[in-house]
Amino acid sequence: MESLSFPILSTVVYLPAIGALLMALFIPGRKVQVIRRFALGVAFVDFLVSLAILPFFNAGTADFQLVERTTWIPGIGAQYLMGVDGISLLLVLLTTVLGVLAILSSFSSITVRVKEYMISLLILQTGMLGVFFALDIVLFYVFWEVMLIPMALLIGIWGGPRRIYAAVKFFLFTLVGSLFMLIGFLVLYFSHQSLTGEYTFEIIRFMDFNFPAGVQMWAFWALFLGFAIKVPMFPFHTWLPDAHVEAPTAGSVILAGVLLKMGTYGFIRFSLPMLPEASLKAVPVVATLAVVGIIYGALVAWAQTDIKKLVAYSSVSHLGFVMLGLFTFTVQGIQGGVLQMINHGLSTGALFLLVGILYERRHTRMINAFGGLAAQIPLFTVVFGIVTFSSIGLPGLNGFIGEFLILLGSYQARMWIFGALAASGVILSAIYMLSMFKRVMYGPLDKEENKNLEDLNVRELFTLVPIVILIFWIGVYPRPFLNVLEAPVGRVMNRLESAKMPVAVTPLEDAGIQVALTFPDGEGIE
Amino acid sequence: MTDAVALVPLFPLLAVLVNFFAGKRMSKTTVGIMASGSVGASFLASVVALMGLMALEPGQRSVEINLYSWISSGNFEVPFGFLLDPLSAVMILVVTGVGFLIHVYSTGYMHDDDGFARYFLFLNLFVFAMLLLVLGNSYLILFIGWEGVGLCSYLLIGFWFTKDTASEAGKKAFIVNRIGDFGFILGMLLIVYHFGTLQFTEVFHKAPTIFHSGDTAVLVITLLLFVGAMGKSAQIPLHIWLPDAMEGPTPVSALIHAATMVTAGVYMVCRSSALFELSPVTLSIVAVVGAVTALFAATIALTQNDIKRVLAYSTVSQLGYMFLAAGVGAYVAAIFHLVTHAFFKALLFLGSGSVIHALHEEQDIRKMGGLRKYMPTTHRTFLIGSLAIAGVPPLAGFMSKDEILFEVFNWGRGSGWLLLWIGGMVTAFMTAFYMFRLVYKTFYGESRMDPEVEKHAHESPPSITVPLSILALLSVIGGFLGIPVIKKWNILHNWLGGVFQAAVEHGPEAVEAASHLAEELGLMTVSVIVAVSGIMLARSIILRRPEVAEGLSQKYSVLYQLSLNKWWVDEFYDRVVVKPLKALSDWCWTVFDVKGIDGAVNGTAWTANKTSGILRKLQTGFVQNYALSIVIGLVVMLALALI
Repeated sequence: MESLSFPILSTVVYLPAIGALLMALFIPGRKVQVIRRFALGVAFVDFLVSLAILPFFNAGTADFQLVERTTWIPGIGAQYLMGVDGISLLLVLLTTVLGVLAILSSFSSITVRVKEYMISLLILQTGMLGVFFALDIVLFYVFWEVMLIPMALLIGIWGGPRRIYAAVKFFLFTLVGSLFMLIGFLVLYFSHQSLTGEYTFEIIRFMDFNFPAGVQMWAFWALFLGFAIKVPMFPFHTWLPDAHVEAPTAGSVILAGVLLKMGTYGFIRFSLPMLPEASLKAVPVVATLAVVGIIYGALVAWAQTDIKKLVAYSSVSHLGFVMLGLFTFTVQGIQGGVLQMINHGLSTGALFLLVGILYERRHTRMINAFGGLAAQIPLFTVVFGIVTFSSIGLPGLNGFIGEFLILLGSYQARMWIFGALAASGVILSAIYMLSMFKRVMYGPLDKEENKNLEDLNVRELFTLVPIVILIFWIGVYPRPFLNVLEAPVGRVMNRLESAKMPVAVTPLEDAGIQVALTFPDGEGIE
Repeated sequence: MTDAVALVPLFPLLAVLVNFFAGKRMSKTTVGIMASGSVGASFLASVVALMGLMALEPGQRSVEINLYSWISSGNFEVPFGFLLDPLSAVMILVVTGVGFLIHVYSTGYMHDDDGFARYFLFLNLFVFAMLLLVLGNSYLILFIGWEGVGLCSYLLIGFWFTKDTASEAGKKAFIVNRIGDFGFILGMLLIVYHFGTLQFTEVFHKAPTIFHSGDTAVLVITLLLFVGAMGKSAQIPLHIWLPDAMEGPTPVSALIHAATMVTAGVYMVCRSSALFELSPVTLSIVAVVGAVTALFAATIALTQNDIKRVLAYSTVSQLGYMFLAAGVGAYVAAIFHLVTHAFFKALLFLGSGSVIHALHEEQDIRKMGGLRKYMPTTHRTFLIGSLAIAGVPPLAGFMSKDEILFEVFNWGRGSGWLLLWIGGMVTAFMTAFYMFRLVYKTFYGESRMDPEVEKHAHESPPSITVPLSILALLSVIGGFLGIPVIKKWNILHNWLGGVFQAAVEHGPEAVEAASHLAEELGLMTVSVIVAVSGIMLARSIILRRPEVAEGLSQKYSVLYQLSLNKWWVDEFYDRVVVKPLKALSDWCWTVFDVKGIDGAVNGTAWTANKTSGILRKLQTGFVQNYALSIVIGLVVMLALALI
């Protein structure tokens, strides 16, 4: 495992928080312009630093890289441990990019309590980045909870008319989820301790440890509740539309772009590699919920009258795809699933930016308040069109690659029915997205209020163009993205493969595993 | 020289990029020249590639060029690459050749439109996607083009997006196509499952070793692929989008919805002949769907009054012929008809566009008539196109349609061949009738035009009439690509034979040569009689005695209404599919989501709230209350202890 003398990962994580602290201390709240630019600068520098990881990153290995390790709470075995692999690398880059765009998008839409707003966004940034880099469960949990508060504040203070309801709902839902998750973690911790005599929260150690079947079962379902709420999977999704509708634009962008990835990230980081047998047994349940989510989310999206709510429900559908991909336990399915996390972050993030731009001009998000906008705002139309088709999964754009690999994985895993039902999402997404696009952009420009709509300005264009470039890049040349994922996905696959055998076998071999459990392989981090 | 094939899609792509970034700042002339020129350059590159291919030994005529590795995940890999072989060579020539003429035509037709640059952006993008579709060396590259042309179709049908019907039609086209794509995707997934790859050469090479003829797996794969083809090529029951697609500008209807894109399904089935040949059941289904669609669409075309709708249903019908051919294993005949149809149907659409243009967007043939004298060139070329599609020898349509019907007649298997053949013949009769109904109503007889419109009726400019003339010429001579009877003179058959190796074995060669000749001539005679009698019938009851046609439509008003209302298929779908799905969607939201799930969530919150309300009465903060509870507790405990 490589390490660098300079703690680059920690820098990426804490830079936004340090920026927030400096802002809180030294910039008076009335200097709104300075605050905005400073926040943007911090986020941008953070993005550059996260890019600087790339030259030191070796895509050829599944090991965690650039590891930073210090003792932290020795009494319980918790360490300060960070590292990066291909999966977290992509998610971190997504986070730093969206962070910049989210701040840039709030320049004109947020005019009250700008300072507090920017501080919340920056701290949120630190929380999310920490989650992706943390390799110690306690550290992970701390960052996980750190995200919660600024997000709830963003919704509750700068949100729409029902913001308090939405913020409380968001907070309680996720809190309940994280309590279950905590229980799951403690089960793992104590089980590991009782079998090895060692107190540790090290994620890598757990990844290579064979937990007993019973423990796996309990831990899996506890973690499942925690992650499934966060994803959100059907039927735990109802906090999402409310949170999205009420959140300010940047909040929605971050929520959809990054926060919704926490749950799926949890599955691929914890559930699959640590609890492979329980994961295998859970496939029928999880895959069913995933597929129901795909179809149900799409159907409900179609019924929406509020564009933001439509996009929110489309997320339920898209994340159903991700979950299905992960639970195919095939290379293609998991790679596609992780890539689809990125794709969803980009296209849904962009959709929320676009809706926000409309909202800022017209103070409404109702579909029937628009119509015929294409004639009035051509530039907006082009970007909106591209993003819409990215979301529909048009080949040549990013969404297709992820969706196709997920479906491919489902067929490689002989999940015929699941795959076929999921593929019907291809039809449904075209129905709800194009219906909305038509009603908003096409037809006669017959509403008086829309006749003076202004097209995208330069700043808004800057928030959207990077996403559009990535949409094309991933669609046309996904190799770099898939390459980075190859090794870590292979590692997860190895764990799952080793678990696949005992499932279908005799009690004798099952006993062999129990024996093996008492000799945990001592590899850990090399 | 075969490397030139990489340039073929490149030129339109470059034009798209330039137009996207600078189109607004360029003059209409520059845009038009660039757009048409790029397709022209593509055509030249296609010719060079074709010559390169011809220079190779017949057995070597399959050149693959892989540009880069597109998707690679585990052991699944798809390179971004092209396959140049006799089949794709024919296709790129048709796409770029007919495409070029339609681009030139469009510079005239769209000249006064505000969206001129946007129009050519989409049209060039379409050509690029269509070239990917026919050049791709794997199902997945084909699929990029497949969905890409679907996108362009969506954009161009809804080109005049302020019109509600236009944007609705575009949406409908895309969604119905997606239903087909759903099948296509599942088909591809199964191919990967069985073959581990989507590369054409590998799949087709391995197919006979992996599957036995009639295996369920290959049946399912080919059926799913065919569902995709039904969507793209507007076959029953997915035909409903194509007539509505006529909302787009007329050159678009000519290029996309007649000559090229809608034939993609036929191309895909022919390309996959190695798979389809292994599933006789699928082939029979393809043939039946094709024949039924041909007949069905023709019955609708009989009574339509919109000039473009007649042609649209005619296209659906002709596509049915192509599938009929593919279904009986006559892939060369299917491609032959695809090529000649591209010539004469593009011609007919462009001719109708010329008429519509001259009459200020009038499309109703009841308000036309006698246009022959105002538009001599349009009339003459339209007439040639009509003769070709009606099957009058030796025009292109006669040659290709006749070959299809001959192949059907000689179909080696299946007992229903006679029914299919009769269906094909009846369709041919109706085709001749409805086309000449159209010709007579438009160009002959008394004028029924608005006097104001008639005053301005005029022949179109050269940018329109020159492409018409060239296409008319092609509609005349195009048939000689596939000269019947004497097989060694049949250029297309010799050229494509190698691609469909598997199919040829039980194709026409199986028929005895001597009886072959007599039979072919006999069938030809029947075709000619059918075509001529269709034309004569139209002449007598449309042109000479319109009151007869009127009387017939009254006497058989049920049939007439059935045809006029397109068999109420749209209404049927609306009631059986769209409305229930919409109701389900609403139910999921308002009942299941809001009342069900969220009701439970908020109910939990409400219960917690109420419970805490009750519990907090225990802690009122008043000392008296606490004292009281202490006393009660004491009493209770004493009582318990004493009892």
